[in-house]
Amino acid sequence: MSSAAEKVDPEKVVLWAGEHEGHDVISTRTFGFWLYILSDGMLFATLFAAYGVLSYAHSYYTGPTPAQFVAPWYTFIQTMALFLSVLAYGFSMTALKHGNRAGVINGLLAASVLGVVFLGLDIHDVLRMFGMHITPWTSGGLSAFYMLTQVHAAHIFFGLIWMLVMIYQVMRKEFTEEVIGRLISLRMFWQFQAVMWVFIYVFVYLWGYMS
Amino acid sequence: MLVNLPGPWNPWLGRLALSEIPYTNPILAPLFVVVVVLGLLMVAGITYYGKWGYLWKEWLTTVDHKKLGIMYIILGLVMLFRGFIDGLMMRTQQAMAVGPHASGMMGAVHGYLTPFHFGQIYSAHGMIMILLAATPLLVGIMNIVIPLQIGARDMAYPYLNALGLWITAAAVVLIMASLFVGDFAHNGWFGYAPIFELAYSPGVGVDYWIWTFQLVALGTTLGSINFIATIVKMRAPGMKWSRLPMFTWASLSANIIALTSFPCLQVAIGLVAADRYLGTHFFTAGFGGNLMLYTNLFWLWGHPEVYFVILPAFGMISEIIPTFSEKPLFGYVTMVLATFAIAGVSWLVWLHHFFTMGMGPYVSTEFSVATMLVGIPTGVKVFNWAFTMYRGRLTYTAAMYWALGALFLLLVGGLTGMMLSIPAINYMVHNSVFVVAHFHMMLLCIVYAIFGSVIYWFPKVFGYTLNEAWGKVMFWLFSAGTALVFIPMFMEGFMGMTRRLDWPFDPHWAPYLNIQVLGILVYVLSILAFVVMLYVSIRDRAQHRAAADAWGTSRSLEWLTASPVPFYNFAVVPQVNARDEVAWRREHGLSAQRASHYDAIHMPNNTGIAIIIGGLTFVLGFALTWRIWWLSLISLLAIIVMMIYRSAKGDPGHVIPAEEVERMDREAERTMPRADLPRHSGGVLGGAIAYDSGAAGEGSANLRGAPDYRP
Ligand code: HEM
Ligand SMILES: [Cu+2]
Repeated sequence: MSSAAEKVDPEKVVLWAGEHEGHDVISTRTFGFWLYILSDGMLFATLFAAYGVLSYAHSYYTGPTPAQFVAPWYTFIQTMALFLSVLAYGFSMTALKHGNRAGVINGLLAASVLGVVFLGLDIHDVLRMFGMHITPWTSGGLSAFYMLTQVHAAHIFFGLIWMLVMIYQVMRKEFTEEVIGRLISLRMFWQFQAVMWVFIYVFVYLWGYMS
Repeated sequence: MLVNLPGPWNPWLGRLALSEIPYTNPILAPLFVVVVVLGLLMVAGITYYGKWGYLWKEWLTTVDHKKLGIMYIILGLVMLFRGFIDGLMMRTQQAMAVGPHASGMMGAVHGYLTPFHFGQIYSAHGMIMILLAATPLLVGIMNIVIPLQIGARDMAYPYLNALGLWITAAAVVLIMASLFVGDFAHNGWFGYAPIFELAYSPGVGVDYWIWTFQLVALGTTLGSINFIATIVKMRAPGMKWSRLPMFTWASLSANIIALTSFPCLQVAIGLVAADRYLGTHFFTAGFGGNLMLYTNLFWLWGHPEVYFVILPAFGMISEIIPTFSEKPLFGYVTMVLATFAIAGVSWLVWLHHFFTMGMGPYVSTEFSVATMLVGIPTGVKVFNWAFTMYRGRLTYTAAMYWALGALFLLLVGGLTGMMLSIPAINYMVHNSVFVVAHFHMMLLCIVYAIFGSVIYWFPKVFGYTLNEAWGKVMFWLFSAGTALVFIPMFMEGFMGMTRRLDWPFDPHWAPYLNIQVLGILVYVLSILAFVVMLYVSIRDRAQHRAAADAWGTSRSLEWLTASPVPFYNFAVVPQVNARDEVAWRREHGLSAQRASHYDAIHMPNNTGIAIIIGGLTFVLGFALTWRIWWLSLISLLAIIVMMIYRSAKGDPGHVIPAEEVERMDREAERTMPRADLPRHSGGVLGGAIAYDSGAAGEGSANLRGAPDYRP
């Protein structure tokens, strides 16, 4: 409660700030993107919950269970591809700190090639299972399996499109605040998808294999 | 296609066919004609007066948070009306159809609506009221008020703000399209597994429901990111967390809820879509699906959502009451803590929506106790408001009427909620109209707060006050309607009447249903009073020009700048010195101080991309609903291309030179009435001086000689 008893000198009190306190564009943007990541995390959390509920034995409706079809070593290669992709992206960001355009582009290219490898392996795996008639419409449990893994794959797919856009922008534009902000956001996105993949790998592939 | 679709489908039009347009329906066909005629009249009018350019430049492409807010509010009011018409139809149907011998007409055995049509009406009513009326109204008010309260020039991401509006508008158009093309879901606003599966609901109704949900969820999530970032990053110098106005605090907590809970909804509804479009088995009755998984996922969002809508309403009440009590808000810190406590607990109670699932005593107890816990912070808030008024100098303006009315409804709704949170009671009244009456008390509390804040902040946005007398007439009519509709509904609930009956079979309910129809008629009168209020206020606007501080007793920062707010909000960004900055300046005789130096201002440019993407999301939703695959693909690609285009183009913005800002500011100052004269004369003698202020005695608060009304 402000008490009027305290005297305020109208000559001395500061009432106006003016424009000099500009807002930092990059920090505002990355904060907003971080909030988006939070909501994306909730999306995955909900999908994990659905997967957990639909991984009881009866959810597979006497059909195949993950123990019968997941291949942890195969998916381990995927894991490595994604991790290396994140690493390559990291190199690109260190190059950005030095204003090294070629370094940024090379890092992004390497990251996207590794991302494509990840996605290719994923598609190959899905086709392998389809060949064995293990499909999302076999049972509720498999629906959840496919939904969780393929929603993640879809994120990777959109991340790759974004990466291509960024390669183009880095080639054509200066390192403006907007471009740098986008590169940082994409890095958050990419790293977050790798973290989600760790959860998927542990809970879906490893755990599924052992159960 | 992966699923066996019942009925015809062709590659070009999907499931769309001429027979899907209900031109034989005696209610919809005339309505369609009316809508088309009104639409054509509007188009003709705009063309005649040559307003297309104005509309496009000033409104459709705007990124100004105030204009976007106004459009959100108009959208919300239109949908409030649409939802009301649904309510009117349900009330009249039940009153006509009650009892075993009730006659029927227009194809219905009892009453005038067939069960299938009635099911669509209550489903659309619930969805519209919560997601397309209350939510846009609240988002609209947050949009207008938050940047002003924290001393910002605009939202953190003006373009994203426009995008959120146009995606919400797309959802509105989609649900309205379901009236005239095909039909809507009949599974209730929250849906039940497995009735919404393709096998049991083969039409497009559920698909409309799915994509409308997805669009609002997207629009609201984008909005919540924007609000949180704005509050965290865009505050004026000196606006410390300990000085943040209560409405902004409440909005912050509400938007954190929205940001984290809407993804759950997107997944829940997305999995329904997967079942219907891809043939998966998440919620099917066989093949290992799990019916209760859907209900859990839905209410995992659903309960946080109800707090997403009520917390901003609490914030509005917290602004209105101190202003018209001429006292600072009592217990500011406890109010903030209570707000966040409610937001936190709201995540732990979703199971109370289906105690009857039968999860056993331990789980039920946890959720029962957690639900009751919400009552503690809510009680803290109610007492804080009461203590704010205690020994205050109350002015009973129309805005204050609505705020106080909201308190009464909160009490009734909260106490009946407490009853429902006891599993033993809940088993008796679950899915009865008692529950319906409970949550209508809560949602009407929100509507009251919204009407109160529309009256309260109207002068800030438009520069003149709304007509007080008609505002009060509307309040009394609306409250009479509320009492007449919902008191009998509570009683019917105790008499065992279940919700959603197209045919209330027990004749004992008849008197109660008839009283409710009377209540609906009184509601109609209150809508008329609203229209009259708008008309009279616009007609007399010159006499009711508002000062910067429109009420003479306002407290927070938005009342510092001119009314109506210029597009740049503050000519010079203020330095914040106190929690209630405007009250503080008034008490210290600083209200008349003006900045001596102006700076150039950098503002974002308008863009047409947001509305184009919004339109494309509508096309996408419509194409998916009707399974027109080529169109879905094209619109999705077009959205991505537009996003990349915008990202490449960027927005350099534009600069308003300092002299121009100074000129506009002087002009605004000149046309406004003097700020420090108390305007309203009705009620208790109010003044510009806060109740606990000692300033007036020293003569400093009255630089221009306002009369001292202190006792
Ligand atoms: C003190 C706080 C509250 C408590 C203890 C409470 C308790 C409950 C309970 C136990 C139910 C389930 C009844 C049943 O279906 O058997 C319920 C339903 C509901 N409540 Fe509340 N509630 C509270 C506040 C609110 C608020 C603030 C809102 C909205 C703004 C709200 C909106 C609803 C809605 C929409 C439903 C039912 C939705 C439906 O079934 O269609 N409640 N409430
Ligand atoms: Cu609830």
